[in-house]
Amino acid sequence: MSLRLSRRQFLKASAAAGGGLALEFSFPMCSSAAAGGAATEVNAWVVIHTDDRVVVRIARSEMGQGTYTALAQLVAEELDCDWTNVSAEFASPNEHIRRNRIWGSMSTGGSQGVRSSQDYVRKAGAAARTMLIQAAANRWKVPVSECRVDKGVISHRPSQRTLRYGQVAAEAARLEPPKAVSLRDAGNWKIAGRPLPRLDIPDKVLGKPVFAVDVALPGMLHASIAQCPVFGGKVKSLNADAAQKMRGVKKIVREERFVAVIADSWWRANEALKQLKIEWDEGANGNASNETIAAMLREGLADPNLPQARKIGNADTALASAATVIEAEYQSPYLNHATMEPQTCTAWFRPDGFLEVWTSTQNGEASLAVAARTAGLPLEQVEVHKMMLGGGFGRRGGPQDFVIQGVTIAKAMRGTPVKMMWSREEDMQHGYYRPASVVKMKAGLDAQGRLIAMHTRIACPSILAYLGISRGDASIDFTAVRTLSDMPYAVPHQQVDYAMRNGHVPVGFWRAPGQQNGYYRECFIDELAAAAGKDPVEFRLGMLAENDKDRLVLEAVSKAAGWGTPPPPGVHRGIAVVSGFGSYAATVAEVSVSAKGELKVQRIVVAIDSGYVVNPDNCRAQAESNVVYGLGSILYQENNVKDGRIVESNFHDFRLPQIAEMPKVETVLVPTGGFWGGHGEPGILPLTPAICNAIYAATGKRIRALPLTHHDLRRA
Amino acid sequence: MLELNVNGRIHRVDVEAEMPLLWVLRDHLNLHGTKYGCGISLCGACTVHVDGVAVRSCSLPVARAAGKKIVTIEGLSPRGLHRIQEAWIEHQVPQCGYCQTGMIMSAAALLEKKPLPTDADIDETMSNLCRCGTYARVRKAIHAAAGGTTKPAAPGKA
Repeated sequence: MSLRLSRRQFLKASAAAGGGLALEFSFPMCSSAAAGGAATEVNAWVVIHTDDRVVVRIARSEMGQGTYTALAQLVAEELDCDWTNVSAEFASPNEHIRRNRIWGSMSTGGSQGVRSSQDYVRKAGAAARTMLIQAAANRWKVPVSECRVDKGVISHRPSQRTLRYGQVAAEAARLEPPKAVSLRDAGNWKIAGRPLPRLDIPDKVLGKPVFAVDVALPGMLHASIAQCPVFGGKVKSLNADAAQKMRGVKKIVREERFVAVIADSWWRANEALKQLKIEWDEGANGNASNETIAAMLREGLADPNLPQARKIGNADTALASAATVIEAEYQSPYLNHATMEPQTCTAWFRPDGFLEVWTSTQNGEASLAVAARTAGLPLEQVEVHKMMLGGGFGRRGGPQDFVIQGVTIAKAMRGTPVKMMWSREEDMQHGYYRPASVVKMKAGLDAQGRLIAMHTRIACPSILAYLGISRGDASIDFTAVRTLSDMPYAVPHQQVDYAMRNGHVPVGFWRAPGQQNGYYRECFIDELAAAAGKDPVEFRLGMLAENDKDRLVLEAVSKAAGWGTPPPPGVHRGIAVVSGFGSYAATVAEVSVSAKGELKVQRIVVAIDSGYVVNPDNCRAQAESNVVYGLGSILYQENNVKDGRIVESNFHDFRLPQIAEMPKVETVLVPTGGFWGGHGEPGILPLTPAICNAIYAATGKRIRALPLTHHDLRRA
Repeated sequence: MLELNVNGRIHRVDVEAEMPLLWVLRDHLNLHGTKYGCGISLCGACTVHVDGVAVRSCSLPVARAAGKKIVTIEGLSPRGLHRIQEAWIEHQVPQCGYCQTGMIMSAAALLEKKPLPTDADIDETMSNLCRCGTYARVRKAIHAAAGGTTKPAAPGKA
């Protein structure tokens, strides 16, 4: 089959698949189609080779969370092909634009990869199956109703004939896509719903180059970058005399806000960077510190005119008449994402005027837009190659700062590809941090120990404001108030006030944005249960309706963990339920604290209801991942601010948990159907409060500020 | 010119004596399986074998590796998969995968030294950092590879 033919099929399918009219295009195509000859694009998601290999296009990014495999499973499920023939590839952002955004969203955050794509990718699989069967029926001149398909083999029983998908794909691609398709009930799934091995793992155990840092192009140069250590600062003066003479150095790039060295290896670029004499104009933020930030947040808490994120009944009146009033203040520090792969972007201004970019991005379309804007090129003249991400956790979605820098640096070397990689120090000190926040909670219990009123005040920088994303009421950032503003407990009087106090530290979406509110709420609820003299589970269940899904996961985790039975000697339990990102999650933590005050998290049991489960083993892996990611933030991680800059610089002062600290994790998947929830983030939500509540059980100490390095856990 | 024996092949490289082995491997020999994570020997993403010992290549000046046998992930098992890699697939260890090559090199060296490592041996030796939190599976996979219980992964089988 010629490329010309395959291109015509591609255009026809793309126009029909809802994208409107696809423009004529010449470059580039996804690699499977560009490989030409043996591959046919049946529709935008499904490419079938004559030897029956199926390539599923994946629009979302793969950062370890397993979406790459899960989406392929969903497409393959409806396509009804042989899973052993299935591979996947990333959809091209350039083609996405040219084809009128045919792949839906490329954004990969908020645990949306599967849940927000499932409907259209399953329909794409089903549409392709319908077209393939129709093509076989046409060839045989028999009614479609007499044809069956199983694992990519279409059969016509009356005449005992069979055709494989690879044999009819080219004919199928020329057919009109069906107007409507029906999707399989999850109960009948054969490929989805099973713990199939991930498609990306075989390459990853071999160290095949898949990440942005591994990009290698003929004649490529390397760049290392220095930004003003004080956020918002600019370059005042630069003396590059020593650096310029160093071996391998090709160019020093001075921009308003950063300086970069381009050399023939990254180490040489970075060594030369260290020899630059840069004087910074620190701007207005050079005196900012932990103390000024705390003062800013406290001023917010004291503001009498705050907007309300929730108001039910009259909390203050009810508090005035409550039998018991409990008050507590909780807080959390800034946190870096610390992806293992530092921020990286390779850019190449080709001699023909086209710009190619290779990066680890959580949003290929956003990277494309930012690259085009930075280069001053139309979107159609830019391609972004989506690489496997060495971790994302929210760092590589919204900001795209690394793409701006990579393109800007390469612009200074037109015609030569330049790979810019940040040092770990740069990465630690120029993040988009989980916001620091302070919360005051005041609750009233009646004479029977029932929670009747709660008034919460939240002071927290706004991620949406920082990133310039508007959504609803601009005075309320839902990521700063969630979990407190949408509490599932039946409390008749509730008020949540929000003080948006932004400061100068960049903030961003850190795995499960707003997850610190789950820590505050569920630890405070534990305090209230203790004040009411009730068991923490009973206290919560008393405020949750019969079929509430929070209740179901709370019950599931209690049962699985043996809540109410004696724990092993020296072991203490804590519990929490926090839902979000489309799913419901509850955790029981078992900890021990030695006489010296050393904490050991022994066991974590987490129950998650995500409605449906596409790959149970991968969902368990995500639950384990959330435990470790959260554990570091509980034990020792914090980013402190001094003289306007981040104090921590590498893994010696921003520690990550090691294997010895990994608790036993038991994941209880309880999908109840009828909705699609995520798995990348929900597992982290109840983790922190469950562990802190277990620490209270062990020591009698309430942990109202993290990390634990600030606490003496010896029993008083 | 320095002579380096990497994965059984001799390479002559014209680099500074103090350039860390990591950057010679990555930028001069185009062996990208060995990763940069911290540059100060803390994370282990850059782990390779030098004369059979697991070494953090980000902090080893290349001159000190000259004349020694260097093995990277690309050369760990010239024919087929190493049993550690098989166990890694069987137990579906990697998530993002960035730290995993270093993790695999550390685990392979551990098994050479201690064919049947205890949990304490693993805790002590496997100080590699993983931000995705694959630790529980790393432990299982090492035990499986040590006990020889790992079956070659069959695609499509749960």
